[in-house]
Amino acid sequence: MSDRKPEFTLKDLQGAAHPFDGTGPALVCFVKEDCETCNIVGPVLQALSQAYGDAVRFLVPGQSGEKNGDFAQRHGLTMPVLEDAGCKTSFDWDFEIVPALYWIDESGAVVTHFEGFVRDDWQALSDQMARATGKAAAQIDWDSLPAWRPGCGSKHFDPEVYDALRAEAEGSRLRARMVEVASGDDMAEFMFDQGFSDGLPLVPPTPERVIRMLEGTHRDPQDVIATVPPNMGIATVEKIAINAVMAGCKPEYLPVVIAAVEAVCTDEFNVHGVTATTMGAATVMVVNGPIVDKIGLNGGLGALGAGNRANATIGRALRLIIRNVGGATTGGVERSVLGNPMKYTMCFAENEAASPWEPLHVERGFKAEDSVVTVFAMTGGPVHLVDQTSRRPDQIAGSLGQGLEGVFLPKMHNLPIDALLVVCPEHIQTLTVDGPYSKDRLRDRIQEVTARPLSEMVQDDHSGAGIPVADAERMGPEKLAQLAPKFASKEYIHIVVAGGDAGKFSSAFHGWATGEVGSISVSRKIDLG
Amino acid sequence: MTIILDPTDERVPVARQISERSGSVQGVVGLLNISKPRGNILLDELDRLLTENAPGVEIRHYTKPTFAKPCPDTLRHQIRDECDFLVEGLAD
Repeated sequence: MSDRKPEFTLKDLQGAAHPFDGTGPALVCFVKEDCETCNIVGPVLQALSQAYGDAVRFLVPGQSGEKNGDFAQRHGLTMPVLEDAGCKTSFDWDFEIVPALYWIDESGAVVTHFEGFVRDDWQALSDQMARATGKAAAQIDWDSLPAWRPGCGSKHFDPEVYDALRAEAEGSRLRARMVEVASGDDMAEFMFDQGFSDGLPLVPPTPERVIRMLEGTHRDPQDVIATVPPNMGIATVEKIAINAVMAGCKPEYLPVVIAAVEAVCTDEFNVHGVTATTMGAATVMVVNGPIVDKIGLNGGLGALGAGNRANATIGRALRLIIRNVGGATTGGVERSVLGNPMKYTMCFAENEAASPWEPLHVERGFKAEDSVVTVFAMTGGPVHLVDQTSRRPDQIAGSLGQGLEGVFLPKMHNLPIDALLVVCPEHIQTLTVDGPYSKDRLRDRIQEVTARPLSEMVQDDHSGAGIPVADAERMGPEKLAQLAPKFASKEYIHIVVAGGDAGKFSSAFHGWATGEVGSISVSRKIDLG
Repeated sequence: MTIILDPTDERVPVARQISERSGSVQGVVGLLNISKPRGNILLDELDRLLTENAPGVEIRHYTKPTFAKPCPDTLRHQIRDECDFLVEGLAD
């Protein structure tokens, strides 16, 4: 045992400073006033001090604030009892249990260290000190003392103390600007005033909370995850954690948020366009894999909202990062004509257990045991697709197809636009009542039932949307008789399963501009370390 | 005092920003007396100087019920609705 212990300067009960430079000979013993074992040790310390105090410096840092005085008085301590205010020195010395004793020699080497009370150890220490100092052994009735007492947990491990100490001690891990909010300022109002909020109250991102949040990932706080449009702000793990705290996330949600940030800040997803479009697009996140159950994401009853903390706060955290790190404020770069409630949050899990198909992430090339987040740019939804009476597979598939007619406008077909169909378990039961019904067959059925002659899509008095009249004239009757399905290709139809057991109500999200000009859905594996 | 960590990209200073200064005075200037003794003397002198030097400007006087408490919402809203500028006579 030889590691030198950190220097400190602590004040005694009278306010006099006692610097300790790490070298002895010294006996340093940390105590807590309400610890029974510390109170056994109190008289022993006094006896040791009386015997060896001329040759050895005795220092007793107390963890109990004003009560340190009670401890000193109770045991008639004549050596300096020091105030370890905030337990910072205890934290620096890195022990777990009080009493924590250190016998330190002239060079600063720790000769003996023990925590709690083992009578034989303390007696051996006394003998050792007697030999080292050439003094007569301390007069202690060892037999009157218990053989062993475990001691108490050091106060610096109290959660509220420990996280604050870690935030301070690990200051180098936290690089974000510290913002001091005056005690007269209402914290919630301050954060609204600073523009940090999406319109709802935020959890204050104190250093303690951010440190706790960072425990949710193995990534270094300063790892750069992405540059976030429109301002191309740098999203470090720490910045993501700060926003995750504000959103109300638990630490175990953080890896999902990190993966979502990675996914949206790609050229393919184009979160700049998704944010800025006057059409009002928002990110819809679907999470698959083992993490769903591990952190309590909801793919069952009420999956699309509300009431589940993981769904609500993960989606919100992503939005806050786009706002705060990316600088996308409403009325700034965020310019949606009407806005969209999904801009607050939209995240859900696939109900893999209720699905007859391979899960979305497996369909997109990942392993079943991977946890994956997939992001879609959607302008509308969830839009209910109601069919309580279909009993045959092709009937319910047909209804789901007709339910997608509303994407953009019912009149518009051949759309190169994504849709995300969320099929509920009861509709799945109908779909598979006669045996397997593949996703591709469902997509084909959607295209089949939505196919309409192009002549129905020509601009007219009912609606000026669609094929210009002059173009229609050039096309001629034969061409206009051709059938056009809702989607330009069935690959634009994305399908997942979610929802509770009861209710024949599926749902759909309607896409934004899909492809190079707009957004392409992206999946990212969640890094669980 | 509580410390929080800045959630933004830190390109803008976190502080209560003062309003932009237009460089000229026009419209309605409010003079708010917070009800500290002799505040009226300062504000009346300001009224005289503004009337002399900025003839087009309309001046309105307001008084807080007591300097010891924040301005009541109704008075704050009234001043916001009626004035382009406000001079508040603070301190002693």
